[in-house]
Amino acid sequence: MTLAPPPSSRVQLTEDGKLRHFLSVEHVSRSLLEEILDTAASFVDVGGRAIKKVPLLRGKTVVNLFFESSTRTRSTFELAAKRLSADVLNLDISKSATSKGETLLDTLRNLEAMAADMFVVRHQDSGAPFFIANEVTPQVAVINAGDGRHAHPTQAMLDMYTIRHYKGGFAGLRVAIVGDILHSRVARSQAHALNALGAAEVRLIGPRTLLPVDAEGLGVTVFTDMAQGLKDVDVVIMLRLQKERMDSALLPSEGEFFRLYGLTNEKLRHAKPDAIVMHPGPINRGVEIASEVADGPRSVILNQVTFGIAVRMAVMSMAISGQESSQNPEQGGEHGR
Amino acid sequence: MAVKAHLLIRKGRVIDPASGRDEVADLLVEDGRLARIGASLDAPGAEIVEAEGHWVLPGLVDACVHLSVPGSGRAGDIASETRAAAAGGVTHLAAQPDCGPVDSTAVVRLIREQAGQAGFARVLPVAALTQGLEGHQLAEMATLARAGCIAVGQGGAPVADALVLKRGLEYAATFDLPVMFRPQEAALSAGGCAHDGPVATRLGLPGIPAVAESVELARDLLLVEATGVRAHFQQISSRDSLPLLRAAKARGLPVTADVSVHHLLLDESAVEGFNSQCHVIPPLRGAADREALLAAVADGTIDAVCSQHQPVGSSSKAAPFPSTKPGISGLDTLLPLMLKLAEDGALPLARALDAVTAAPARCLGIQAGHLEPGRPASLCVLAADESRTLSSHWLSAGRNSPWLHSRLPGVVKLTVCQGRVSWLSD
Repeated sequence: MTLAPPPSSRVQLTEDGKLRHFLSVEHVSRSLLEEILDTAASFVDVGGRAIKKVPLLRGKTVVNLFFESSTRTRSTFELAAKRLSADVLNLDISKSATSKGETLLDTLRNLEAMAADMFVVRHQDSGAPFFIANEVTPQVAVINAGDGRHAHPTQAMLDMYTIRHYKGGFAGLRVAIVGDILHSRVARSQAHALNALGAAEVRLIGPRTLLPVDAEGLGVTVFTDMAQGLKDVDVVIMLRLQKERMDSALLPSEGEFFRLYGLTNEKLRHAKPDAIVMHPGPINRGVEIASEVADGPRSVILNQVTFGIAVRMAVMSMAISGQESSQNPEQGGEHGR
Repeated sequence: MAVKAHLLIRKGRVIDPASGRDEVADLLVEDGRLARIGASLDAPGAEIVEAEGHWVLPGLVDACVHLSVPGSGRAGDIASETRAAAAGGVTHLAAQPDCGPVDSTAVVRLIREQAGQAGFARVLPVAALTQGLEGHQLAEMATLARAGCIAVGQGGAPVADALVLKRGLEYAATFDLPVMFRPQEAALSAGGCAHDGPVATRLGLPGIPAVAESVELARDLLLVEATGVRAHFQQISSRDSLPLLRAAKARGLPVTADVSVHHLLLDESAVEGFNSQCHVIPPLRGAADREALLAAVADGTIDAVCSQHQPVGSSSKAAPFPSTKPGISGLDTLLPLMLKLAEDGALPLARALDAVTAAPARCLGIQAGHLEPGRPASLCVLAADESRTLSSHWLSAGRNSPWLHSRLPGVVKLTVCQGRVSWLSD
């Protein structure tokens, strides 16, 4: 029996296939993902100028809605919005409205009434940005800044930008993602993006307690052994291991995890000689990655942060323009009468 | 409440799965009792119901309904939900012990009073097995049974302590009280909101593995065997549970089981797009599970099909998927969905109707779900060839259903519950 078609897959695109929200990498076409990367490339230089601003979002209000605290992601979104000349409001919801009993729905309706143009949303529940974009404020551009274990599409795109920057493209690339895959929204979004952009193979490496069931359904090859999984890869992406994984019996100790899955120069020898090492940060030295690797010549971790601002500027400007064209089709041209 | 019915239902197709009857006949209800079924009955003074082209069925028996009483956090009240039951042809329903909890005679009395005043359906309360459903101390089962409870159970609440459970079963067996189990191991399901399978993995939804059900079912079956208690297992969702049930029945254990109709029609793919209307516990599982459950209903491993009615307010579903309240409002759709399963060829019609009438009555150990002359009449008259979109006819206060806007077969024209007209469509 078929129900009404799921709304999520197409909600983030306008009728003519432009971005109007950015909720997930899944179901986004290769050409649109490449457009994000190309647009980001045009913004990378902005950070190097004396006046680090372009006027694309002048007069627009961007609200950073963080239901889960995150200093790094929030600051890069804030900086990206400001470089686009937007007005930015940072709301740390985890400490305000919801603790007073206000529902998510009420909070959002209030913000909508303040005429916000964009919500950048981080939420502990998988699917929260979809709920907001589908059912609450479809006319406000929603950017997913990380929802539960589900998706972190801007992080994935900045990783794609980094890979393209260092490897020139995706054709033939083997990429390994290592560590706590089960809880990682980053890994899921990276797997979708790499497959859409034409990487040769995406590998997930971790112990079975940190691998989701039916992980192959993400379009990946699963490894539990580091040496086998890293063999001949072009890119190694390490994931952050949260301390609480030890308390829930997913792992015996940080020490054993580091011995088996922590990235050291020795383990890195299994990868290709020119392989790069990435990490979404913040890193746990001596847990998932050794300092010798994190600070070593193969690490591109700090460049990821720089590219992150440009990628977020690209996504924000594209979503605002997609929203405008879908709300005022006459001005967009293609739908004019 | 209406007076006792005096009705001659003429020329309907009378289908009674309990006796195997399926023929066009007249059916006479006299002074609330089912007097006769036969050709061209004559009954001066009786109100005539022309049922030509319609089906006359026993009133449906729903073995799993979560009723709304104050404090249950659900939408509506006993009157609104039993009215939805009557309009759906349901005459008897087992109210799960989590509305309350049903661990005192005062709560039982309240439920029975409210149900009696409303008069739309016979509400059969299931008593709590442990006080407050907390799984520590036994509830006063014998007293609760005397107050009108038909069985004991825990709703969805676990009894983690095997010793408490064993003693509870022994105590229930002392009074020959059937025990209703909804097997789901607490630690294995903690924090989960969807089937631990490929869809939950992609959507990043915390999963509830199938083994959470089968590991608990296996433990419960061993304790049932050790204590000799009569047991009914509710809302089986996983194919891994079926060999355990088959083996228990083959060993002759007094065990029955049911499944919700939603698990026969939907699988994990229904939660795609974070569709909170399909957030239900136990979760909708894989396509292979759904097929195995249908086969198990067809071959009788699973005896009955229930609505698993859980009405919730619209705000309970208006949130990100993991934060929504689980449950589907099911009374409005139980019979239409069973008809749909028969129409689709997923179940033989006779078995589909048996699974919501005679079979659940047997599971609950009650006299209902059949058309037996001499007994108080509980039946419904169904326009099986009509279909409609339910949204504008929806009666439950909970509009939380993935079927709200679907066109489904079957319109109930008349329901008689224990000799009184409980529903008459206009």
